[in-house]
Amino acid sequence: MTTDTNMKSPEAAAVPPSGPAPVKKRVPRGHKRLLTRRDRITLGFMAGVPTVLHVALVWVTALASIALAFTSWDGIGFGSIKWVGLDNFKQLFNDNPQFWPAVEHNVIWFVVLILIPTPFGLFLAVQLDKKIRFSRVYQTAFFLPVVVSLAVTGFVWQLVYNPDTGLINSLIGANKPGHYIDWIGDPHLNLWAVLIAASWRHTGYMMILYLAGLKGVDPSLREASSLDGANEWQTFKNVIFPTLRPTNTVVLVVTIIEALRAFDLVFVFNKGAQGTELLSILITNNIIGESSRIGYGSAIAVVLLVISLVVIIPYLISTFRKERSA
Amino acid sequence: MRDLSSSLPSPSRRGLLKGMGGAALLGAGIPLLSACGSSGSSSDPKTVSLGSNASDAVPKKAFAEIYAAFQKQSGITVDVNTKDHNTFQEQINSYLQGTPDDVFNWFAGYRMQFFAAKNLASPIDDVWEKIGGNFPDAMKKLSKGADGKYYFVPLYTYPWAIFYRKSVFQQHGYEVPTTWDQLVALCKQMKKDGLVPIAFGDKDAWPAMGTFDQINFRLNGYDFHVELMAGKAAWTDAKVKAVFDHWAELLPYHQDGFMGRTWQDAAQTLVSKKAGMYLLGSFVAQQFADKADLDDLDFFAFPEINSAYGQDTVEAPTDGFMVSKAPKNKAGVAKLLEYLGTPAAEQIYLKADSSVVAASSKADTSSYTPLQKKAYEMISGAKSLTQFMDRDSRPDFTSTVMQPSLQKFLQNPKGVDSLLSSIERQKKTIFASS
Repeated sequence: MTTDTNMKSPEAAAVPPSGPAPVKKRVPRGHKRLLTRRDRITLGFMAGVPTVLHVALVWVTALASIALAFTSWDGIGFGSIKWVGLDNFKQLFNDNPQFWPAVEHNVIWFVVLILIPTPFGLFLAVQLDKKIRFSRVYQTAFFLPVVVSLAVTGFVWQLVYNPDTGLINSLIGANKPGHYIDWIGDPHLNLWAVLIAASWRHTGYMMILYLAGLKGVDPSLREASSLDGANEWQTFKNVIFPTLRPTNTVVLVVTIIEALRAFDLVFVFNKGAQGTELLSILITNNIIGESSRIGYGSAIAVVLLVISLVVIIPYLISTFRKERSA
Repeated sequence: MRDLSSSLPSPSRRGLLKGMGGAALLGAGIPLLSACGSSGSSSDPKTVSLGSNASDAVPKKAFAEIYAAFQKQSGITVDVNTKDHNTFQEQINSYLQGTPDDVFNWFAGYRMQFFAAKNLASPIDDVWEKIGGNFPDAMKKLSKGADGKYYFVPLYTYPWAIFYRKSVFQQHGYEVPTTWDQLVALCKQMKKDGLVPIAFGDKDAWPAMGTFDQINFRLNGYDFHVELMAGKAAWTDAKVKAVFDHWAELLPYHQDGFMGRTWQDAAQTLVSKKAGMYLLGSFVAQQFADKADLDDLDFFAFPEINSAYGQDTVEAPTDGFMVSKAPKNKAGVAKLLEYLGTPAAEQIYLKADSSVVAASSKADTSSYTPLQKKAYEMISGAKSLTQFMDRDSRPDFTSTVMQPSLQKFLQNPKGVDSLLSSIERQKKTIFASS
């Protein structure tokens, strides 16, 4: 199905421009082709190559990993693939002590991102939108963490959190026996420690999204509301925020995606040890290893896929509905 | 790789023809490997590529010196691709199935046999014909795959033991503990004296396995260690429970905050004399940058727990080299491995890295430091040698089940029963999978 639509759409799009051409010159009958042979080959390549790549890299791999979730495979040669039915899922739900904590942590990740850095990013965006002095400097400063790769962010925060030599423990003297704070290892602390780092980055991301949204707000709306005597908070609450609705949808989707794909920061931080388990890390640990459990890892990946679909499908349905009514 | 059959004692006719095709290469004196056929790769006959996991400064330099000496002797350059030690391990599977280097660093034991059994490594019996005399029987055994062929050239080995600073023991008048009770008493005393009794860091999740191994084979003996690692003994066995009970008794004397600390950082507390002891492999010496500090370093075998086994088992992981499934420069590979199997190569390594001892019994021990001599005696005097939990067992089991489980225990030493039944359930499915 995807192949068809992808193959046709560029061609269909290319048809109209050549429409006026026959007016100038009379085209002999029997040569009604609008595109030359070369055009067709070019278009075929332009549509075909991406389609093949897309199918091979997205659909085939996704479907293969779904299929592999029902097998046991160590990743060495195709001969060792063994069909095991639902065993992987049974093991996962019943026996794996890391699975449910991982699901829980992914949920916590989302809740924290939506409750703390998102409003804070909006706050910063509103302040910066007022064109205060040095607003570009602030903008750059807050956006900087987004530009830095998450792996690097992880290394930097590790230096801050290191229990023996890290910034925090050195400052507050919590690196001595007796009163010791293990930011990276303590399962009650480490998730929150990583979430601070994640929020630090997410704030900048949200700020930029909201800033873009705010730039799109019609200035006459502000004018009108101030003429009506609304104060700043009233203007924001009743006029500006409602116009940010499309941005909010984007923010929600982006945050959900961030929560589901959370990985790099934690992997650098402590490899998803006790307290920071995440689905993405469980997948990695099972699939990429000295002797991999690819079937088992794929089963976790399928769970992650199902969770993603539960979130994405309602979004897509509502988007398509809007497009249709528009 | 299937073409290897052509070099076996009774070659088929086709194999013979192929063998003749490779006759030109046979002249090079490497019948076994040349039979793989010159696959037409335009590789440089003057280079051998080598995948290295020696990312730490000391071993990296030591290996570089061996390769330099080899180049001088043979004119063959060793093109080294170094990867981070832990990353190399994690990626080994895909690395060996992709386009691996001709030769790669690896470990003896189950982990070597696993890849040999999966046909991801080339047998090197021809190399062993030349270097066999350099190694004791224990090392020969360690270098063979399950099929009885050689797949591994060992370079060095090192014992796990409890390390301490002589000056600290002298200053406080401590004596080396030889029994469990003495060890616990010493820990108590050290705590009173304001020391961290046992330095510990488990951020990388493997150091804890070393502590488990020591308590386990002291308490239950070598045979039980082997059975447990092979998935035969049950983790719910009372013997295993006893290991964790002993460990829990010792845990309060371990350094705080170990989950967020690497072994290198933990070693620094021993260097700075803040910690009294450290249970680790002798590579801990690499962290002693100052010579005076290094001379002050000493170790003792983990104390006896059960008199039936005493201190007869030593954990001595062995590192060395393997050949990937289809090396490009076979002649060069054979030459390199023959060189690596000589006492000369080992001595070059040991000169630069004095934290380990030679695998070869021919290596000159006269230049050993007192620490190396002691390590050598400890290993040669052992009744049984173990490798390490993750080298003696299935790596998928140890990395996905044991590492998180041991970390869980360390954080909550009280919930052992449910933890052990969880390990046992997961073990059964993993060992049943293939």
